[in-house]
Order: sequence, then structure tokens, then C-alpha cells
Amino acid sequence: MAESKKETFMANIWKNNPVIVQILGICSALAVTNNMTNTLIMGIGLTFATGFSSLTISALRKYIPKNVRMIVQVLIIATYVIILDIVLKAYLPSISKALGPYVGLIITNCIIMGRAEAYAQSHGPVLSFIDGVSAGVGYSLILLLIAFIRELLGFGSIFGLRVLPESFTPWVIMITAPSAFFIIGTIIWIARTPLVKKK
Amino acid sequence: MGVPLNPFVIMVAAALTSNMVLSNFLGMCSFIAVSKDIKTANGLGMAVTFVLTLTSVLNYLVYYYILVPLELVYLRYIVFIIVIAAFVQFLEMLIDRFSPSLYMNLGIFLPLITVNCAILGGVLFMIIRDYNLMQSLFFGFGSGAGWWLAIVALSTMRMRLREKDIPPQLVGPGLTMIIIGIMALAFLGFSGMVPVQ
Repeated sequence: MAESKKETFMANIWKNNPVIVQILGICSALAVTNNMTNTLIMGIGLTFATGFSSLTISALRKYIPKNVRMIVQVLIIATYVIILDIVLKAYLPSISKALGPYVGLIITNCIIMGRAEAYAQSHGPVLSFIDGVSAGVGYSLILLLIAFIRELLGFGSIFGLRVLPESFTPWVIMITAPSAFFIIGTIIWIARTPLVKKK
Repeated sequence: MGVPLNPFVIMVAAALTSNMVLSNFLGMCSFIAVSKDIKTANGLGMAVTFVLTLTSVLNYLVYYYILVPLELVYLRYIVFIIVIAAFVQFLEMLIDRFSPSLYMNLGIFLPLITVNCAILGGVLFMIIRDYNLMQSLFFGFGSGAGWWLAIVALSTMRMRLREKDIPPQLVGPGLTMIIIGIMALAFLGFSGMVPVQ
């Protein structure tokens, strides 16, 4: 199957979006979305980790024995996550603190493993890198959308800047956990409407 | 961290007020995938509780007695994931050897657990919050039990909804997310009970 680079990239952004279509990687997705700055950093971090682990796994795929490939993949992913964690601690200590365990949890994020298993195992390094990056971007876009709704209604601000007037009453529920589930449920609902109509 | 907290308080807090899946969003992937019927949900819940309790203690020992003295703290993610994977593998062999009937119930879930974020998340929370050994044990058990409770509750609701007339776009993950949201809202009611996160 000869897919072009652009097609590979676009597939993960919309048609095959990891969050809304494949329901992967929600674990760490929702916890960071009450604030857009954290979400953006998390998205960039995940994109970095997915891209480079797909690249590495794909480059090494012929040398990794089949029966230990899971553990090798996890180790490769963990290496990149450690790099990410150290960089965040050094340059953005306050955000690193706010993200807490969720940076480490990128390791067990199913998106990375999913892309590694489904794509990097059978494609060349360049395509795998593009695939990994686009999965990360697709994930980040959905997260930013959720964070946008939550931060706007929960704090009346975007990226920490106040946009709604003082008279706006913040919706406390938007800061708490349940709202994230409601919003993602609704997004999936809306996103799937065209898919169901086609059938 | 101030006053050392009573391990029992930590356990209740981990199970109810800051439930792993409903307020920390950990272990969502398998939470959604395996909650279709109560029997498998129960099995996975049991396995998670068991593994989470024991790996919390194991990783506590590894972290404070091996990594900290050797100044290898930055390697902790790799080490934790290896400890979890090795432990799960070991457990699988042990259960297979000594209790085939339990293996039949739990066996298929054990490999899934290695990549369950609830396990790694529990371990990381334990390190970040500076729990001692006893607190870690109770925290691990409490978080696991909370996860178990949530997945069993969700699976019963999903079973009941199976026969109902739902908008076709909402069937599956969308509806599940909304049910989880309502459940999380209910669990929010516990939040005044224990004064810790």
C-alpha cells in the first residue's frame, strides 16, 4: 500500500483521529485539559514522544525479535519520555509541577503503543515519523478544543488571559472532572454524526 | 507534606474522593474497552487491585532503597515500568502454576495490566506525594478498589443500556463517556468526606 506522506498525515488528524475515532489515549488526555497552557505543553510533549518513538521503532524493526518487541517498544518510549521530563523540569518547572504524574504517564498512553504496533512495525522510518507526529497533532487538537471549552467557561480565560467580562459567573463544574467526560462524549457524538449518516 | 496521614484515611480517599478513573482519569483505555459485561469487568477489577497493591509496595522499595541511594532517580520511569511488567509476568506464571481456576478468570487480563495507566499512575502519585511504606500499601489497595468499584458499576449500567433505544451516533464510546461523567458527578459528592486529595 503506497500511501503518500500527506495522506498519512491527514488521516490521523480527522478520519482516523486517535481520540474521537479510535478512543485511544484518553487516560492522560482529560486530566490536563482544565487549562490551555498545560494542554498545549502536554500536546507538544506527546507529539514529540510519539513521533520519535515511531521513528526509532520503525528504524529498528528488523532487529527486534518478535516475542520481546513489546518490552523493547516500552523501553524506547520511556527513553523519550524521560528526555521530555528532564527538559520540562529544566525549562518550565511550574508547568512540569502542574502536569505532575501525567508526563510520566505518556509511557502508558495507548496512542504511542498503538501507532508503534499498527504502523511503525510495517512501514519505513520517514512515514512512521510522519504518522507518529500526526497522531500527536490529532490528539493535541482535540485536547485543545476540550481545554478551550473548559477554561473559557470555568475561568473565563484563554491561555490564562481573561477574555470574558467580570460579570460572567464561572461554571464551577467545568473545572471538575465530570465536565471533561461530558465534553468528550459530546464531541464524539458530534464527530460521529457524519459517519453514521454515510451508512 | 506536613502531618503524616493515617493510612486508612489515604485508602478511603484513594477509593472514593479521588477515585483513580473518575477524578484522575487513569486507566481509561481498558476502563472503556472491558466494561461491556459485568463478569469480565469484575475479573479485570480484581486483577488491577491486586497488582496495584503489590506493585506500589515493590516500587516503593525499589525507589527508596535502590534508585535514591544510587542517584538514579531520573531513570525511574523505565525502572517502574520494568518492575510492573516483570511482576505481572511473574504473577501470571505463579497463578498458572498454583490456581488454574483463578488463572482462567484473571489470566487474560494480566497482560493488559502492564499498559494500564492506573498502575503506573498510582506508583507515580505515591512518589510525588511522599507516602511512606504503610501509606503506599493502603494507597495502592484503595486506588485499586476504587477502580474496581467504578468498572463494575459502569459495566452494569452499560448492560442495562444495551437494549435501549439510543441515538445511533451516540452508541458506544460517546454514550459511555457521558455515563462516566454522570458517575463522576455522583462520586464528587464524596469530596467533602476526607480532607486530602
